[in-house]
Amino acid sequence: MGSDRIEQLLEKYFEAATTAAEERELRAYFTGGDIAPHLEAYTPMFAFFSEARKERSTRQVPLKPRTYTYQWLSIAAAAVLMFGLYFGYEYREQQRAEYAYAQTRKALGMIAQNLDRGTAKVAHLGEFEEAKQKIYKNN
Amino acid sequence: MKVKQTTQPLVMTQSEFLHIVMPFKDKLYRLAKRLLISSEEAEDATQEVLMKLWAGKKQMERYRNVEAFAMTMTKNFCLDRLKSKQSGNLKLVHSNYAEEGASLQREVETRNSVEWVERIMEELPEQQRMILQLRDVEEYDYEEIEKLLDMKPTAIRVALSRARKAVRDKLIEKHRYGIG
Repeated sequence: MGSDRIEQLLEKYFEAATTAAEERELRAYFTGGDIAPHLEAYTPMFAFFSEARKERSTRQVPLKPRTYTYQWLSIAAAAVLMFGLYFGYEYREQQRAEYAYAQTRKALGMIAQNLDRGTAKVAHLGEFEEAKQKIYKNN
Repeated sequence: MKVKQTTQPLVMTQSEFLHIVMPFKDKLYRLAKRLLISSEEAEDATQEVLMKLWAGKKQMERYRNVEAFAMTMTKNFCLDRLKSKQSGNLKLVHSNYAEEGASLQREVETRNSVEWVERIMEELPEQQRMILQLRDVEEYDYEEIEKLLDMKPTAIRVALSRARKAVRDKLIEKHRYGIG
């Protein structure tokens, strides 16, 4: 490739007037071996562009399948919580019912006890009545 | 049946996503590195952008050109990073000073003239750096660059011409002094 042509292209290149194809031509010229001495100074520029294009990102992208587990985890946690609340509620209800039952029993027991005591006392009254009757009869 | 047809394309598997993203992942990285200079930070930026893309993959189908969309995201992310670095964060500003001293030393030590071009590019304004990167490294069309940078065609030509000339002038200067 003639260096005249390259000089022309370079001029256009620095005015940002080259087409993509012309820029490819320039790159090909400067990365090829046969460069005119007076154009040597431009070589690093085009060599750099070609080098720079080869640079690669080395880090793996951690696309979190973890978020999925977290999602499922939260769903599971919510489910467990609901179960817990539900059965906890049931259990507490049961406890409360048992307590109420025990209390009622106790209260009824107390009533029965007092009632017994009452009837015992009334029995005394009965005796009094009997005695009264006896007196009446004797009169 | 109708419902199934409309929901199916929305469910994108990881491998499908990677299949879309992998061809341009390195381009994202290279653009990020051109802007942030540090390769570590460039990797961070790339990862960030890809993860955002993955998180918003449902919207991804709406973009005809995912690559352009991802490149724009990368550009914005890096410019934000640079802005937050400049404003305020004293520690980072300080480490930048340190790096400048180091790069000066590197300048002297750099034998490789190709590396030299990279150093020269680092000194260009961000916009010129991006345009040079997109056009001369990634070989993008002017039309793509316009969309990506949201610039008028003439503004791009002017900036590109300036960037290329700046690199040339510094390179020739170097060449003349024979350090490169």
